[in-house]
Amino acid sequence: MNRHLLSAGDLDRATAVDILDTAERLDHALAGREVKKLPPLRGRTVVNLFYEDSTRTRTSFELAAKRLSADVVNFSAKGSSVSKGESLKDTALTLEAMGSDAVVVRHSYSGAAHRLAEWVHGSVINAGDGTHEHPTQALLDAFTMRRRLRGGEGDLAGLRVVIVGDVLHSRVARSNVLLLATLGASVTLVAPPTLLPVGVDAWPAATGFDLDAVLPASDVVMMLRVQRERMTESYFPSAREYARRYGLDARRMAMLHDDAIVMHPGPMNRGMEIAAEVADDPKRSTIVEQVTNGVSVRMAVLYLLLGGADE
Amino acid sequence: MPNAALVPDDGTSSVLDAQDVGRVVDRMAHQIIERTAKVGPDVAGIALLGIPTRGVPLARRLAARVAAFDGPTLPVGELDTTLYRDDLRLRGVRPLGQTVEPLGGVTDRLVILVDDVLFSGRTIRAALDAIRDLGRPRAVQLAVLVDRGHRQLPIRADYVGKNLPTAIEQTVRVLLAETDGADAVLIADKAGSR
Repeated sequence: MNRHLLSAGDLDRATAVDILDTAERLDHALAGREVKKLPPLRGRTVVNLFYEDSTRTRTSFELAAKRLSADVVNFSAKGSSVSKGESLKDTALTLEAMGSDAVVVRHSYSGAAHRLAEWVHGSVINAGDGTHEHPTQALLDAFTMRRRLRGGEGDLAGLRVVIVGDVLHSRVARSNVLLLATLGASVTLVAPPTLLPVGVDAWPAATGFDLDAVLPASDVVMMLRVQRERMTESYFPSAREYARRYGLDARRMAMLHDDAIVMHPGPMNRGMEIAAEVADDPKRSTIVEQVTNGVSVRMAVLYLLLGGADE
Repeated sequence: MPNAALVPDDGTSSVLDAQDVGRVVDRMAHQIIERTAKVGPDVAGIALLGIPTRGVPLARRLAARVAAFDGPTLPVGELDTTLYRDDLRLRGVRPLGQTVEPLGGVTDRLVILVDDVLFSGRTIRAALDAIRDLGRPRAVQLAVLVDRGHRQLPIRADYVGKNLPTAIEQTVRVLLAETDGADAVLIADKAGSR
């Protein structure tokens, strides 16, 4: 594996499968154990550098690092020197001077993680940069699909995945499209035309506007959150109309075949992109599983980046 | 040397052939029955834990032979020691093996660790740490097919298939049908001749 994890597109098939296999092993190693802790990152320090609000990603990385016995420093922009005007570079160099081995960074600017990787000596893990990428989310989604539909082994060749909703603002969608294509799945993006990014034709995915038409032939439906905080103009007439055309409700869920699963990266807008009864469906919804799997996948990434000799 | 095809022509020689390996495993199975009979009649209190890669099939064979000699049916588990090694930082990232607890766990049992070659003792030290996170065994013993000496830690085996005096730069390889297609123990003069 490279020194950094910046983009899901940087992973080749073998590396991606290795991460998923390692996550599977780590998950099994800890399952049902009294002591949920493993020693390989003892004495290593991981800094969570979060310039954007986050509940699950930050706690997930923190838990993953701690389960591997690393020391964790949590840094959030609020209440730090950032409010005094310190730049990303100065903040990162300050943290590195204190001896951090890896920086997990979330930033509202696309490309922030790439810039950071040029400045620091340790590993950089992209935990979300603007509307660009969120590679560990794509990995945990692939892990969840592989477990549910491929017996936890190999790649995702032939899997039919439809990603629905606010693709324009979604780093989750972009990372998923890149990783799923690498793993051999075929991806269809369904969204209102206003919420598809310019240049989506170049992505390794098909696009469509009619959700009902693609559901019967899908193994995985991934609903995206409508990111109102990133919307400066109106992209669709009303929430009701969006829900009617692109929301996943019980009627649409009934169109799926028996083994198909429903995913959502969270946090959800219940009643908007996903109906409550769908989100809570015990058989199809993997939303809670995704959170659990996130810890295993992030453990695997941290182990593969920090578990060996320094270069 | 019935499996001549397994022995490369580069200073490698065969120490045990397939028949020898079978005999050695049988003897170890007998020793386990004797020694554990002294420990007590509580059959449920014993478990075998194989260390990947070749310790796992060895543990399964030992369990099968113990049962064949009218001994108890022993549960077999797998214990990957990678994450507990003290040399993780000395080279690139190591791939992880599988850990499977024996049926009924390890706590309050006599756990017999099984590995193919005992050398520096560092793998066994890692295994002892790994067991500690699984539970608290009543006692831990060690069974190895080959003890080649050169210990770097105060560790010894309770059951040894073959004591094999070696020079430190020699390499010892155990081949098993399950992982390598046939049984043999090989010794090579120069390190890394595989």
